[in-house]
Amino acid sequence: MTTPEIDRTRLGALAEPASGDGRGDDVVFDVRDLSVSYSGNVALKDATLQVRENYVTAFIGPSGCGKSTFIRVFNRMNDLIDGARVEGTVLYHDRDLYGDGVDPVEVRRRIGMVFQKPNPFPKSIYDNIAFGPRVLGMKKGLDERVERALQSAALWDEVKDRLKENALGLSGGQQQRLCIARAIAVEPDVILMDEPASALDPISTSRIEDLIHDLKRSYTIVIVTHNMQQAARVADMTAFFSVEVRDDGGRHGVLVEYDRTTKIFTNPSDRRTEDYVTGRFG
Amino acid sequence: MATAGSADERYDITRRSSGLGRRRLTEQAFAALGVASAVVAVGILGLVLGTVLYKGFSQLSLSFFTKPRPLFGESGGIADALVGSALIVGMCMAMAIPFAVLVAVYMSEYAGPRFSRILRVVLDILNGVPAIVVGIFVFGLLVVGRGQSAIFGALSLAVLMLPMVARATQEVLEVIPRSLREASLALGVTRWRTTVSIVLPSAIGGILTGVVIAVARVAGETAPLLFTSSIAANQISGDVTNALPTLPVAIFAFSESPDPGEQAAGWAAALVLIGFVLVMNILAKVFAANRRKRLEGA
Ligand SMILES: Nc1ncnc2c1ncn2[C@@H]1O[C@H](COP(=O)(O)OP(=O)(O)OP(=O)(O)O)[C@@H](O)[C@H]1O
Ligand SMILES: [Mg+2]
Repeated sequence: MTTPEIDRTRLGALAEPASGDGRGDDVVFDVRDLSVSYSGNVALKDATLQVRENYVTAFIGPSGCGKSTFIRVFNRMNDLIDGARVEGTVLYHDRDLYGDGVDPVEVRRRIGMVFQKPNPFPKSIYDNIAFGPRVLGMKKGLDERVERALQSAALWDEVKDRLKENALGLSGGQQQRLCIARAIAVEPDVILMDEPASALDPISTSRIEDLIHDLKRSYTIVIVTHNMQQAARVADMTAFFSVEVRDDGGRHGVLVEYDRTTKIFTNPSDRRTEDYVTGRFG
Repeated sequence: MATAGSADERYDITRRSSGLGRRRLTEQAFAALGVASAVVAVGILGLVLGTVLYKGFSQLSLSFFTKPRPLFGESGGIADALVGSALIVGMCMAMAIPFAVLVAVYMSEYAGPRFSRILRVVLDILNGVPAIVVGIFVFGLLVVGRGQSAIFGALSLAVLMLPMVARATQEVLEVIPRSLREASLALGVTRWRTTVSIVLPSAIGGILTGVVIAVARVAGETAPLLFTSSIAANQISGDVTNALPTLPVAIFAFSESPDPGEQAAGWAAALVLIGFVLVMNILAKVFAANRRKRLEGA
């Protein structure tokens, strides 16, 4: 067998953090040999990487390569899918995320998620934000908490006079920022975003990107995106996934390369990454 | 192009191709058949409503609603039956709705797809059990030896209502988008809390629609009540441990009477019942429209 050691180093166990501003010193997720299958069909195979604190980590790659599958491992969302099976080790701040006695509900209150399609509750703008804190017992200073969350999501000025209105009356971009605010309101440690801007127009998209820049000061962010410019703009680290076709004709996703974003986009080590980021990918 | 010829010919859309005449005819025959069937359906409803209205309307008066059924000859009303029906349907709702909603929640939020499918079939079969069978079942199980009571009447109606409301609710829950549940679960909210605070409120319009339609249905059910709550005094009473008069049983009894006055009262009572059903159906439409508005966020 050849040198898995070398692979390890390349796949995210970096010698020194990249930012130099104190971010990235700690490891939030330490993922080793992660495989996920749905009803026996492997969707993602043997992925190993580390997500660093207060970094924006982007997952890119062609459709079906397991990006959503991977990101849903972090908040145990796959537990909700019948037949989904997660193998390998996922450590969250050195604790086994899938260990005995870990309640997925507890995991999810620390690791928030923003979905591809904005999914506000059919309630008022205020209640959308207040719902999480209320249920999780953070009832003190609820009004301030709602305002803070909306401000962090750069939505406050647009909605402060209509907090009682139904959230479904907001535009798509506003709805998505509302969903980000909703996630922030329960003070998570990590925010997962699965293609948060793919359903939005360019202006809304760039607002979300600005927002991500602001949020990384306080949160660790993992973002799935189809948009390579977006990854290049917002991410500190980028993981490139690809689809591998097995001998039996089945296909599964693999992590091809994980490195600093600048490296991935200017000087990737793997041919497949280079083809993809330069647009030669078929 | 396969067909040769000048552009004039090829693009001449006023020219008729062969067979067009026949196709047109079939088309028109189908349309005519459809219109005729629709007219018949509307006609039947019109006929029923018209007859009941014609025969019953003149009998309606305030005292018809406020006085109980007369003992002999004198003019009376259906107040006793209205009170009895209200009590029995009320108890029936109290028994059936919570149970039905729980069954539906279990099916859509907790049970696996296979067990949920089995439950669906069971409910559909229960829904198809004739009311008279439910009646004789409750009669044999409870009424024999204990005597009739409004509670048993309500219970037999609840057996009829349960599958209707459970299936209606389950169908509404099924169309609540998965993304809404995920949004809540991803906040670290438990599944039951997600159900209570997010899923059920989003479904409330649809659930109410199902409830209202079911109420309209059971309010007119007669067969189970004949077994469980038909031998009653003609007086307003709230004693649910005894049989109470009800609207459908009253209609039945009135119509059996040799007295033409009572027969007319039977038509009037039928008019009241049909009026109630109509109002309930309009209410159901309102709830359904409300629900659409909520989910679409207008
Ligand atoms: N709930 C599921 N049940 C069964 N198979 C699934 C499920 N979700 C995803 N898969 C399969 O797993 C593989 C990876 O899917 P995944 O959604 O993770 O890809 P992705 O990289 O997010 O793609 P996209 O860019 O299109 O969103 C696909 O082959 C997909 O069909
Ligand atoms: Mg995806």
